[in-house]
Amino acid sequence: MTLDFAHRMDVALRLNGRDLTTVVSPRTTLLDWLREEAGLTGAKKGCNEGACGTCTVLVDGRRMNGCLTLVVQCAGRAVTTVEGLAGPDGGLHPVQRAFADHDAFQCGYCTPGQLMSAVACIAEGHTADDASVREWMSGNICRCSAYPQITAAVLAARAQR
Amino acid sequence: MRDFAYARAATAASVVSTLADPDTSVIAGGTELLNWFRLGIADVGRVVDIGGLDELRGITRDGDDVRIGALATLNEIGEHPLVTRLAGALASACLQAASAQVRNRATIGGNVLQRTRCPYFRAEEPVPWPCHKRDPGSGCASLAGRHERQAIFGWTPGCVAVQPSDPAVALAALDARAEVLGPAGPRTISMREFHLTQREAADMGEPLRETRLGPGELITGYRLPASTDGQAYVKVRERASYEYAIVSAAATVRLTGDGARAAGADGQRIAAARIALGSVAQRPWRLPAAEAELPGTPLTREALTPVIERAMADAAPLPQNGFKVTMARAAAVRSLLEAGGVS
Repeated sequence: MTLDFAHRMDVALRLNGRDLTTVVSPRTTLLDWLREEAGLTGAKKGCNEGACGTCTVLVDGRRMNGCLTLVVQCAGRAVTTVEGLAGPDGGLHPVQRAFADHDAFQCGYCTPGQLMSAVACIAEGHTADDASVREWMSGNICRCSAYPQITAAVLAARAQR
Repeated sequence: MRDFAYARAATAASVVSTLADPDTSVIAGGTELLNWFRLGIADVGRVVDIGGLDELRGITRDGDDVRIGALATLNEIGEHPLVTRLAGALASACLQAASAQVRNRATIGGNVLQRTRCPYFRAEEPVPWPCHKRDPGSGCASLAGRHERQAIFGWTPGCVAVQPSDPAVALAALDARAEVLGPAGPRTISMREFHLTQREAADMGEPLRETRLGPGELITGYRLPASTDGQAYVKVRERASYEYAIVSAAATVRLTGDGARAAGADGQRIAAARIALGSVAQRPWRLPAAEAELPGTPLTREALTPVIERAMADAAPLPQNGFKVTMARAAAVRSLLEAGGVS
């Protein structure tokens, strides 16, 4: 059985609730595609090697590093970025509201990744206590070190569910 | 990242025939391969995606074994009730690896094939210093430079790197077997022997080889003997989470007497134990001498320590990493205590 290897691929996926088809070079990462093709710059390119978490997005509801995911691996999947968190009326998602209320950032560069990771962390149920949140949010680095406020925001957002 | 041609596999068999062309690599989670492309560690022109192969999925009980498909992610394994109940050291190792978002992508098939984290090895091309893995025969800049995180067993002057996988240490301690499909059909490889030290590879006449996986072979899954023995995975690292191990230890312990494990306190003796160290060599390092001596040993730090010391007497630390011998001994003792129910 031979496989057809291609240098261009048609990929159909759902982005923040909207179905679309895109044509990509297979080496295109989800992160680069979001920023360069889809015009969504919320996910940040911090380390581009899976170490910092600033590119965290949801793929079929699971948090993943956009820099370690190829667009071709997202065929038929639903991708959610920080731009897809707010409601249709622009109202903040409860996790966004909690981050604002708890001052859970300084420079804000890591915040989109922190928010997406927090949404997943709460959905996964890894929010039993402070230690659980810190462990399950460890894939998102905050160089301003707003960790106490981020932890408090995640716990508060969980309580609102 | 370098350009490559891409195809989605429809069957595992089609992957194997595709791998007959050495210009081809498999992608599953991609957490390693994409970084290899960025650094120039991998430079193949074709990538075959196995992510859609349902035959490589699933975590099931099969007779006396737990079977884990190669595409199971580290998070799926770490939180699966069969694994937490019957292979707890593996569940713990998976959840102590990487971060929550990396663990949602990283698969257990690819995890054991990750390369060393040696910073001299993981340099972007052109590699500005000697590295035997990147430029065979060029030497080892780490041995000549910084090497406090490197091997204390099995290294050669050509390379002192360690294998960083957490799950591989648990798989070795639990006597897991990798199920492999290759040009000659299916076979199994013991996870005690899957990885090779630099010394073993040199003795085979293939000094660059890191595993017993052959050309064109694909890991399709693992089988682990289900075990209700107490289990633990202890990972020592420089920060509490999301960091590679300096050393680690996976252990299983069965205590003597009925209900002994529940009691777990002073006065209990070990009936049987298995133990493997991680990040001390280019492969998980079982301690068979300790395993032979442990039955009858009281489950106390004082009794266990000399047994572990004797079993590690052949450690050969480098000038900067003698501390890893001390740390690995302590991790080994702690893993046995935790596996026996003393925390």
